[in-house]
Amino acid sequence: MDRATFQDRKTISAPMHAPLRHDSAHKHVAGTADYIDDMPEPEGTLHAALGMSDRAHAEIVSMDLSAVRAAPGVVWVMTGADVPGVNDISPSGRHDEPVLAEGKVEFHGQPVFAVIANTREAARRAARLAKIEYRELPHWTDVTDTLAHGAQLVTDPLTLSRGDADTALANAPRRLGGQMRIGGQDHFYLESHIALAIPGEDDEVTVWSSTQHPSEVQHMVGHALGVPSNAVTVQVRRMGGGFGGKETQSNQFAAIAAIAAKRLKRPVKFRPDRDEDMTATGKRHDFLVSYEAGFDDDGRIHAVKANYAARCGFSSDLSGPVTDRALFHADNAYFYPHVQLTSQPLKTHTVSNTAFRGFGGPQGMVGGERIIEEIAYALGKDPLAIRKANFYGEAGSARSLTPYHQPVEDNIVGRIVDELERSSDYQARRAAILDFNAKSRVIRKGIALTPVKFGISFTATWYNQAGALVHVYQDGSIHLNHGGTEMGQGLFTKVAQVLADAFQVDITQVKITATTTAKVPNTSATAASSGSDLNGMAAFDAARQIKERLVAFAAEKWNLPPEEIAFVPHHVRVGETLIPFADFIRQAYLARVQLSAAGFYKTPKIHWDRAKGIGSPFYYFAYGAAVSEVSIDTLTGEYQVDRVDILHDVGRSLNPAIDMGQVEGAFVQGMGWLTTEELWWDDKGRLRTHAPSTYKIPLASDRPKIFNVQLAEWSENAEQTIGRSKAVGEPPFMLAISVLEALSMAVASIADYRHCPRLDAPATPERVLMAVERLKHL
Amino acid sequence: MEIQSNTIRFVLNDEEIALADVPATRTLLDWLRLHRRLTGTKEGCAEGDCGACTVLVGRLLDGALVYESVNACIRLLGSMNATHVVTVEHLASADGALHPVQQALVDHHGSQCGFCTPGFVMSLYGLWLADDRPGRPEIERALQGNLCRCTGYEPIVKAAEAMAAARPSAVFDPIERMREKVTEKLAALAPKETIRLGAPGDRVIVPACVDDLAEVLAQEPKATVVAGSTDVGLWVTKQMRDLDPVVFINHLPELQTISLSPEGLTIGAGVTYTQACDALAGLVPALRPLIGRIGGEQVRNMGTIGGNIANGSPIGDTPPPLIALGARLTLRSTAGRRELPLEDFFIAYGKQDRLPGEFVESLFVPTPPAGEHFAVYKVSKRRDEDISALCGAFRIALDANGRVSAARFCFGGMAGTPKRASHVEAFLKGRPWTEETVSAARLAFETDYTPLTDWRASADYRMLAAKNLLTRFLLESSGEPARLARFEELA
Repeated sequence: MDRATFQDRKTISAPMHAPLRHDSAHKHVAGTADYIDDMPEPEGTLHAALGMSDRAHAEIVSMDLSAVRAAPGVVWVMTGADVPGVNDISPSGRHDEPVLAEGKVEFHGQPVFAVIANTREAARRAARLAKIEYRELPHWTDVTDTLAHGAQLVTDPLTLSRGDADTALANAPRRLGGQMRIGGQDHFYLESHIALAIPGEDDEVTVWSSTQHPSEVQHMVGHALGVPSNAVTVQVRRMGGGFGGKETQSNQFAAIAAIAAKRLKRPVKFRPDRDEDMTATGKRHDFLVSYEAGFDDDGRIHAVKANYAARCGFSSDLSGPVTDRALFHADNAYFYPHVQLTSQPLKTHTVSNTAFRGFGGPQGMVGGERIIEEIAYALGKDPLAIRKANFYGEAGSARSLTPYHQPVEDNIVGRIVDELERSSDYQARRAAILDFNAKSRVIRKGIALTPVKFGISFTATWYNQAGALVHVYQDGSIHLNHGGTEMGQGLFTKVAQVLADAFQVDITQVKITATTTAKVPNTSATAASSGSDLNGMAAFDAARQIKERLVAFAAEKWNLPPEEIAFVPHHVRVGETLIPFADFIRQAYLARVQLSAAGFYKTPKIHWDRAKGIGSPFYYFAYGAAVSEVSIDTLTGEYQVDRVDILHDVGRSLNPAIDMGQVEGAFVQGMGWLTTEELWWDDKGRLRTHAPSTYKIPLASDRPKIFNVQLAEWSENAEQTIGRSKAVGEPPFMLAISVLEALSMAVASIADYRHCPRLDAPATPERVLMAVERLKHL
Repeated sequence: MEIQSNTIRFVLNDEEIALADVPATRTLLDWLRLHRRLTGTKEGCAEGDCGACTVLVGRLLDGALVYESVNACIRLLGSMNATHVVTVEHLASADGALHPVQQALVDHHGSQCGFCTPGFVMSLYGLWLADDRPGRPEIERALQGNLCRCTGYEPIVKAAEAMAAARPSAVFDPIERMREKVTEKLAALAPKETIRLGAPGDRVIVPACVDDLAEVLAQEPKATVVAGSTDVGLWVTKQMRDLDPVVFINHLPELQTISLSPEGLTIGAGVTYTQACDALAGLVPALRPLIGRIGGEQVRNMGTIGGNIANGSPIGDTPPPLIALGARLTLRSTAGRRELPLEDFFIAYGKQDRLPGEFVESLFVPTPPAGEHFAVYKVSKRRDEDISALCGAFRIALDANGRVSAARFCFGGMAGTPKRASHVEAFLKGRPWTEETVSAARLAFETDYTPLTDWRASADYRMLAAKNLLTRFLLESSGEPARLARFEELA
């Protein structure tokens, strides 16, 4: 496009709220988007591989690594004793997670040593040659075993309580209780973990790391090397997926690569094989939820008491905040007049579980929805009627207080559910399904409408801050950097839209750059769905500063009041004159205006007192609802998802195309968690589902056959977020609970809906068939 | 180009390649990424399950150039002679303009993290070349071997529907543009004599014909014979086994013959699932949906019926129906040919009736007599691209009084080998084919099988599902719907 045409255009290409495609889409399809393993390797690059424990819990009696050292191509074999700083990468500060195990191992697959060799293949081959002698100790891998063996905790539990749950339970007209197992989930990001460390001068090292949390990798690498943070630079342009799995789990790979690089004075790349990645890194926590509920004949809940016991693995990692968030979402969208919720973060001899999209919230919510289901089957009613009877009330009403004493002030769940119930034709379809099931012998159907209310903000309040660095160059081109990381969610695109909108230029004028700890320090993990909220605001703040300087400059130069200066598409309007943006910037430069700014943002209003269990940990809530319809085969337990309708709230969307992708993708990922994705440990404590051949995430042919997804276009964030948008990464994940409950209804048809099938998750075909069998014999 | 017996020759995108140094266990993916720096092709799992490494491989089948999607991660470089390897880098035109397949993915927001995307592009490109009007069943089948963790697939499927219509001139397409030239080139590259590469401990052998193969195996009875490498590829990437020598047979025309006679169908051991599907389904229609659930498209394009049998797995999906159908196997060596019933080939877990120097040459599937009922049911945690928890094949003949005159049932996943349900069969013989009979026959499964518990299913589930499959077979043979079908036409 020539300059004249460009200057005539009255709009910019991608303001906020435009459905712009992902900034890297062209490169993705062309195969030219570089991931860390695709970068040209510096000359002399060495490769690392892990030596892993083959015991779940044992003392290391001796380690004979001579054959490893003697193997072809091996340059160095590193053990925990070789860590120059502190052999610890615990993100919780509890010093319970070594880089490499020393003295004892606490899970099958725990990294014990690392091999550094000329090629990756040589390193992997050599790693198999170790002779390690162990003295075995008793191990327990699952929640039930652990509860039976002292129930040791990895971190402090949490209690949330309001009112008097025990008395209210005792006095309730009806009462029920039960247990539910909720399985974990592997992230299965398509790009496995990777780190490339390049040694620098003195104590310096640069690490390219596939991480959602560069600042923590920087901190951990420094800690393990025994050097200050200012010696370590961590960079990442993009990840091939993260989903929480690269929040803390990148530390290990980065630390090993950095230690070896400094020791050997050569670049070291560490890309574990898929099996090593899935064995040695943490997953979503599985839970055993024990619940009691008191309610009345109208289905109104009087009291809820529940305990959430979680398989945390051998160390604390993020299990504290994850199990906390489970409790924060045990209410989902429902008011519990009296409530007592407790967490039990259990130590198990398994890999340490970690963040995963929803961060405990999904498990909390599944437990809460099970209670709704139980009440519905106990009363012989549609679970949707029970839901509606228990929704939080209007802001300020007596029914608006959460178990953590934060009032729900932005409640739109009623409107979302009503609209979806109508648009999906829920009632007529449910009636048709009841009719179908009455006539069909083998195939049964189920339908369920479940809502989502998800709290947005890190519950660690200090994490709710972000920085951005924006430069405007003399030619009017803009350089954007911020602390958020791009893992596919479109964060970079959204923040670039914020900046393009602020300066009123085309988004092609904004250069998106790799996240690096050298440009924006002390960043938070790109997690908790907060990426756009925090970094969008930080970038907006940087733009504001530069624009204020530019306005002041123009006001002085052209002797006009500041109100007469405006940023309009591709121009700055100075009084009646339109100056092309680049020309205006050039003049500002010549007048020595600072054209660079560091933006900053911290979320207002939030506070949280964990000891008391009281506060307002969330800035706002995101809402949504889904209706799922399924068919099951009662002879084998096989099933399919026939139709899904979703109405989801993202406030005023920053980018509806990207947000739709988040909603659809999160739903299918959530569906995988609750259906076919099963983690299976054998009696030796060895995870046997550690690759896609054995661990089954959804395929294209598993997605709903009919999939109607809508954003609630009328919604606008009640709080002053960037463009009044809402976070989108995690909330829609939990829409998939509707699939689990629809399966449950199909199973319930076997016993004429008189019993809650108590279908555990994941509802594999086996669990569905076994639930059918149970109901047949009731 | 002169053929040399110590060189593997093929075409990579638009470049002719001649390699004299090919380690026996070098994968195509590692060669592409590490040696050619073609980094668009990704490693996601190194076991042929995620599809991030998908490339197209062109080969001559009966003189015609056919392009198929394959998993570069488990395809061995030594098997590439006389092929055309097409990677994602080859698609966009020199000026950067995207291929319609790529453009459709961009337009429909089909990528998020982008790591799986080149693999999806290549699978969809394979579909685009083969089918200009794919419906949703065809699209889902083409994508069975590609995992995406971000999008939920909906935008990718929409892109696949949109791209079908987008067909500028053939010149635009890099494969169509080169088709004639490549066809000639590949014809010239077919080996005239056995290709031998490498030194003792690390040898690649590519026999020129089946007689050469028999000779090679007589001399090298411990050789690893590789057809599709969908299993051996994992010995390399996961177990890091040393293999010597590796003998590649995927290119041998004599092993790729399919011939139909009134008596039945003879299929060469080197026929892939994809090639075999139409012929097998022509004989026994129930085999089409089963074959459509073996691996992903890439695996079906590489894996062979012969390999599925020869590796002796108790959970291979073709032996149960083939045994139920009474298939016979022909083994070949320099000593000649030997024919045996397929069920006799599987002796015990990990043990088959194959003598040193023997290889599976062909399989004969007799035409089922008219009037019989046949069904095969695969049960797995995930419907597609999953290994069976159990797979049951049922064949039954009824007499004029509705009594069972013959029954042949075979299950995979229920024992250490694919195994007949002989007690169930015996119980049914002579009894009326009714719910009462089936209900009583269920108990006999417990005599026939003692299944294991593993990550795919518990022993209890396997036993219960096996019994229930007999019930399903009864219901279906009497016309009552008793299973789910995502698309009716594929039922």
